[in-house]
Amino acid sequence: MRVSSPDTVKAPKPSSSRSSTQRPGDRIFRGLSVGAACVILAALAGVAIFLTVEGIPGLSADPHAMSGQANFFGYAWRLVFGTLLAAVIALVVATPLSIGMALVISHYAPRKIASSLGYLVDLLAAVPSVVYGLWGILFFGPRLGDLYRWLEANLGWIPLFAGPAAGSGRTILTAGLVLAIMILPIITAICREIFAQTPTLHQEAALALGATRWEMIRYAVFPYARSGMVSATMLGLGRALGETMAVAMVLSSAGVGTITWNLISTENPNTIAANIARQFPEASGDAVNVLIASGLVLFVITFIVNFAARAVVARSGKKLNG
Amino acid sequence: MTILEKSPAPEASDSLPLTGPRLPGFAPALAAVAALAVGGVAAMVLGAGVVAAAFLAIVVFVVVLPVWSAAVEGRRSAVDRLVGALVWVALLAAVVPLFSLLWTVISNGAPALSPEFFTYSMRSVFGDAQGGIYHALIGTVLITLAATVISVPVGIFTAIYLVEYGVKNRLARAITFLVDVMTGIPSIVAGLFAYALFVLFFGPGVRMGIGGAVALSLLMIPVVVRSTEEMLKLVPHELREAAYALGVPKWRTITKVVLPTAMSGIVTGVTLAIARVIGETAPLLIIAGKTDSVNFNLFDERMATLPVFIYYSYTQPGLPASAGYERAWGAALVLIAIVMLLNVLARVIGKAFAPKTGR
Repeated sequence: MRVSSPDTVKAPKPSSSRSSTQRPGDRIFRGLSVGAACVILAALAGVAIFLTVEGIPGLSADPHAMSGQANFFGYAWRLVFGTLLAAVIALVVATPLSIGMALVISHYAPRKIASSLGYLVDLLAAVPSVVYGLWGILFFGPRLGDLYRWLEANLGWIPLFAGPAAGSGRTILTAGLVLAIMILPIITAICREIFAQTPTLHQEAALALGATRWEMIRYAVFPYARSGMVSATMLGLGRALGETMAVAMVLSSAGVGTITWNLISTENPNTIAANIARQFPEASGDAVNVLIASGLVLFVITFIVNFAARAVVARSGKKLNG
Repeated sequence: MTILEKSPAPEASDSLPLTGPRLPGFAPALAAVAALAVGGVAAMVLGAGVVAAAFLAIVVFVVVLPVWSAAVEGRRSAVDRLVGALVWVALLAAVVPLFSLLWTVISNGAPALSPEFFTYSMRSVFGDAQGGIYHALIGTVLITLAATVISVPVGIFTAIYLVEYGVKNRLARAITFLVDVMTGIPSIVAGLFAYALFVLFFGPGVRMGIGGAVALSLLMIPVVVRSTEEMLKLVPHELREAAYALGVPKWRTITKVVLPTAMSGIVTGVTLAIARVIGETAPLLIIAGKTDSVNFNLFDERMATLPVFIYYSYTQPGLPASAGYERAWGAALVLIAIVMLLNVLARVIGKAFAPKTGR
């Protein structure tokens, strides 16, 4: 669709670059462009350097600056656990829904409905996270409270639902569900684009062989889109890991939280980002450095996830926007 | 899928039928009605809530249609119908929260709106006295404007470098990679970066509007670069070559031919980028802080912003809490309205200023 052909770019180069670099206007303009590119280099280097410089004192901070944890790794591990748990809940819920939604838009819905559904997905992506947080805790959470009590009563033998159930809905499961709603549009948008790119001939060939619509999707669309689906999921994971406000507002716990697999109890794990958001405004001294160090940990985790997502795409040689 | 009517059945033994048996076209509708009936009965007889009844109806629908299909049409069609039903259920499950959210925000936020809500700050407002979001609006506008002023030149020039100058060289590849990395930076990390940067100059505990702008531009630049790059790549090479052939210098070609052609796309991209960062809370919570007063100076003291105002109206609602919550909903409604307006604006710009083609 958007093809840049390197051949035609190269063509004017030998003549233009020799004559044009001599003009002052060209030199200035080129300088500006290179300068802007270097600003990006500098900014990212700055992120890594400043966070490290400000974070290092946090590694050896006083226990009371670390919510009572003896050392930084105990502190960070508890938060990392909560971060991963919330993100994984979000992903488990959001991935099948997004793929279903993307399939509706690309293959099931009539074209007119599909385009307005696409617009709806964009709308979902545009809602600010703090509004999701407000909705999650004042509207969504309290309504989940009943469900949690029901889960505790009927499925309490599963450790995930051991309870005691939080009637207020301030649980890691609520946080994960709100996160799921937030990453839905991201995964859907990428999946939809890639499903729509599946060659029509593959699909028609499958249908001509007598495949049902689902068999066509399974044997023609999914194999083609697999790498795109994987990387879309990982980009969604990256977003879920770093999402702050929704979790900070839904979870009541300040501090590092508890390590538990119990999803519906009042004792919750906490996430790195939410912990920073809740504690930073009142923090001072060592505590600030500890929080910045935990931010560095979050940066590294999201970097790895995003990097892996791009690597999957790069290996399959497909183009991905966003 | 056409249904071939079987004409007066010939003896089954001597000719194979061309089509298998199919469910009638109204089968999904019938199954849906049956499912709704089951849900309705559950709600009335067993006293189930609306949500539980709807859930039950969906489960019944997803089970009944494939089972019926399996009995008549065979396993493969049953699976097909099952997936078809599940896919639409997934859509429903994703769209319902959106409408719930919009409805909640509108119905809770609308009562808070009044002229005073937009023109009062929260200075010396206690309890349920009339307060407003004037200070937060000012802060949001100023900080977003400053972030735009920082990111748009950097973003556009970087995109120009990637497309026009550094085709496939090493720096361009590195930049493309780093822009990818920047896209994935969590917003709270951007806030911490701005804090760590400003601490070097102003000492611990620094809070400043311009810091928020720096943090936001870190999130905004990759979006601007991405969209501008895509738009510049769409400009046909014939246009550039025609300009070069006339002896136009490269920089004049870029400013007079390439950029105007791509302008509508670039403006759309920038508008969407603004819409994305205007709702960011976490970085502003960290570096711009919270205040109840109006502050016009980006370079001095704390600055309230709309998202942070929402957050604090919820976490520290004051007494009675309902007044704080109402202000939070009101501000959320205003924020969503701004974001939606920017999105619509971006679409309008994209349509209205699209380059004339066909010449």
